[in-house]
Amino acid sequence: MSRAVEESNRAMLRARDAMDRSYAQPLDIPALARIAHVSEAHFIRTFRATFGETPHRYLQRRRVERAMALLVETDRDVTDICYAVGFGSLGTFSRTFRQIVGASPSDFRRRRTAPVNVPSCFAKAWTRPSSFG
Amino acid sequence: MTMNAISRSQIYVLDQDEALDFYVGKLGMELNTDQDLGFMRWLTVNLPGDPEREILLEKPGPPAMDPATAAQVRELLTKGALGGALFMTTDDAHKTHEELVAKGVDITDEPTERPYGIDFGIRDPFGNRIRIGQMFPRA
Repeated sequence: MSRAVEESNRAMLRARDAMDRSYAQPLDIPALARIAHVSEAHFIRTFRATFGETPHRYLQRRRVERAMALLVETDRDVTDICYAVGFGSLGTFSRTFRQIVGASPSDFRRRRTAPVNVPSCFAKAWTRPSSFG
Repeated sequence: MTMNAISRSQIYVLDQDEALDFYVGKLGMELNTDQDLGFMRWLTVNLPGDPEREILLEKPGPPAMDPATAAQVRELLTKGALGGALFMTTDDAHKTHEELVAKGVDITDEPTERPYGIDFGIRDPFGNRIRIGQMFPRA
């Protein structure tokens, strides 16, 4: 593998880390491409080649994962959680959440299970609904 | 059979000089051993005052592994998918976080209070995951 591919991987990982860290901010492709020091088109294409899903999909599912955690771990209301994890509207949040999780946020909360006390990077990595089954 | 300590752990790095700069220069660890064994550079670091627990900073490559396998290791490492992680503790997670931000270290997770303590995540220049926690006393 060439040095260029290693540097590209690391740049894509830096952008993915930014999504994991700043998911609640209004992150968009131009901002993420800047973090990776590449053009927007190149960023989308390379991110997908590196991690197997588009950056949009990665971020969407990170936000849903964070919402799932807040629904289980807190008593904050659904609208509050929707904005806290970075969604711009309750409609988009509810539709996306149901699409990915298969239940509404309220139904998901009713089925809550006790939170697990492991380092949060592991919980976040393993409970983010992925595109890979 | 009773084992009584974890004395050495190992992670892969792409460049040992850069690794030294990061782990000693930025994280404040101490150089434990830097020895050219001929077949490899044995490079270990430890937390200040804790020389009995070393971290080996190993560069993947021949002859320990064939070039194709080394390339796979390097690819997984730079994608953050190689596995392995370092967990360290601190007396003050927020202060440590601030110091590392000032040094330009990549933060993956901001300090957050969890049931077990306050912790945050960083990544080394190669893709290795590091977790730093101010742990609460165990119940």
